Amino acid sequence: MTRWTPDPTFYPSPSQAATAPAEKLAYVAAFDRSASRPDAIAVLDTDPDSPDYGRVVGWTDLPHLGDEVHHFGWNACSNALCPTAPHPHVERRYLIVPGLRSSRIHVLDTKPDPRQPQVVKVIGPEELSKRAGYSRPHTVHCGPDGIYLSALGGADGAEGPGGIAILDHTTFDVRGAWEADRGPQFLAYDVWWHLTQDVLVTSEWGTPSMIEDGIIGELLLGRRYGHAIHFWDLARRRHVQRVDLGDQYQMPLELRPAHDPRKSYGFVGVVISVEDLSASVWLWHRDGDAWAVTKVIDIPAEPADPADLPDLLKPFGAVPPLVTDIDLSVDDRFLYVSCWGTGELRQYDVSDPLHPVQTGSVHLGGIVRRTAHPSAPDEALAGGPQMVEVSRDGRRVYVSNSLYGAWDDQFYPDGVGAWLAKLDVDVEAGGLTPDERFFPHGEEFRGRRVHQTRLQGGDASSDSYCFP
Amino acid sequence: MSVGTLATLAALGAFHGLNPAMGWLFAVARGLQERDRAALLGALPPIAAGHLASVAIVAALVTATRSVTASTALAVVGGVLLVGFGLWRLLSERHFRWAGMRLSSAQLAGWSFLMSSAHGAGLMLLPVLVAEPVSGGHSGHLAAAPVGALTGLAAAGVHTVAMLGTALVVAVLVYQVLGVGVLRRAWFNVDRLWAGVLVAAGLVTLIRA
Repeated sequence: MTRWTPDPTFYPSPSQAATAPAEKLAYVAAFDRSASRPDAIAVLDTDPDSPDYGRVVGWTDLPHLGDEVHHFGWNACSNALCPTAPHPHVERRYLIVPGLRSSRIHVLDTKPDPRQPQVVKVIGPEELSKRAGYSRPHTVHCGPDGIYLSALGGADGAEGPGGIAILDHTTFDVRGAWEADRGPQFLAYDVWWHLTQDVLVTSEWGTPSMIEDGIIGELLLGRRYGHAIHFWDLARRRHVQRVDLGDQYQMPLELRPAHDPRKSYGFVGVVISVEDLSASVWLWHRDGDAWAVTKVIDIPAEPADPADLPDLLKPFGAVPPLVTDIDLSVDDRFLYVSCWGTGELRQYDVSDPLHPVQTGSVHLGGIVRRTAHPSAPDEALAGGPQMVEVSRDGRRVYVSNSLYGAWDDQFYPDGVGAWLAKLDVDVEAGGLTPDERFFPHGEEFRGRRVHQTRLQGGDASSDSYCFP
Repeated sequence: MSVGTLATLAALGAFHGLNPAMGWLFAVARGLQERDRAALLGALPPIAAGHLASVAIVAALVTATRSVTASTALAVVGGVLLVGFGLWRLLSERHFRWAGMRLSSAQLAGWSFLMSSAHGAGLMLLPVLVAEPVSGGHSGHLAAAPVGALTGLAAAGVHTVAMLGTALVVAVLVYQVLGVGVLRRAWFNVDRLWAGVLVAAGLVTLIRA
């Protein structure tokens, strides 16, 4: 049933969203690499006044095995206030949780007990396959006319093309493939948009066989992973332009458009350059009537003793930074860049998006460094800051340490572990400090690995806005 | 049309104009996006035109039919239709779907037409139109249909002027003074009220028939 007044977590503009109260809970995707126990959504207490602050206070096992939960999202968000199809009296209450490996889509209801979400619907892989022609669902975004779900693979064992499926807002049934004309697009990964400009953007990772058993060195050196981003007409569902970053720039993954609907730019992180193992962040922006990209951040690889490196990296004698996730604060001021290989989270002031200025850095984990968390200084950490989520007010940043099961095993072969850290942000001058009271890790996560975090009420990568 | 009829038509127009889903919010969004009040003002006429078209079709159909048949059948059928549509609007959780925001004036009018039609804006005028006495002494003849239709068009016109006036005031107020933050507090569920009005209008029509 709908509400009488708009859901209080919906904000017309990013500047108003930035005044939202602090989240009390966080939801974290937790998966079992061995596929012998169910994956889960773990619930963290993020209320600093609570006795359970920084601990796992809720846990919902999914009904099957081997899903590999990864990214997930809300059924509805602030763009329900958008004027073309307004429906602001729905509730932000369901988490849409795809299994990246199983292609199952779970719907969890957080309303009856926010600490113990209930699985209320499971959509089998056959429905995604039959209705939309896709598999390996990934990014979830609440959209104006349905829920957008990107998917990496094709149906019935086909490698591709990957694309976007639309789920019904109300029933969550798969309504079909989104694309009316996909042009040259084949690889898929992330999706987001400039909603008021009728622009949708997608990025490229690889097909199922290119990722599911680990990164394939020959394909990487052969520059066969994705290296382009695509611009689409959001209203007509048509491909408009493919922008190639250059085939040495392998895997442009996370897309973070400016939240201000009047701005026409966004950031995309590139995992690795095969020329020097560096990572980079690029800005997309308008160039006349077309779209263009400009590299705005370059993060070099760090030389290392091959003895300290996993087999995959021994021949190179260096640690690649591996920018696997980025996140932009709701006020579009700070960009957070995860360097999962070197174990660093960087903060850049991107007030001038073409010229980012680094304002903060925190080291945790890393292939060679293994930096410990200040609250457990004797515990060398594996993995690094990976999925990064920023609170709506921009004051808190959460990072988790797993990338993707098979890839974790290659870069951290002695075990990636499981940890999640919270960093406090100096929103005036910039800068990041780990919160010593907030470090759920190890057995708190019951042997699962942790991936994306979603904050109660919304976060910097969950909502888009139609009003400036 | 009597003063009472005109007032009712205008009141319904104001009610439609007040509903953010009927277009003033779209106009505000365009004004803010372009940083230009002219974009806001320019969006309202096409929105009103689309609304007018949607309402006029229903209104003209009703008054034309009425001038031909002048029976209670129209009121009964219309009333039942109205109650049914209202209940469906009340109970269905489906909402209007539309993805694009960069629309030409013609597309904006089309959007408004679809939006108004999907919400049953014209149907809401049914009790007013059915209650209005049939003009002239020629009722019952097919030749009376065009004249009857004119009554409907006039009714739709009055309604839309009130709708446009209200939308204009609200849009400018939100754009200049209140800001879109007011949406979070003031946007009560018009759709539910709207559905209730549809049902009530249907019942009134049926009772009078």
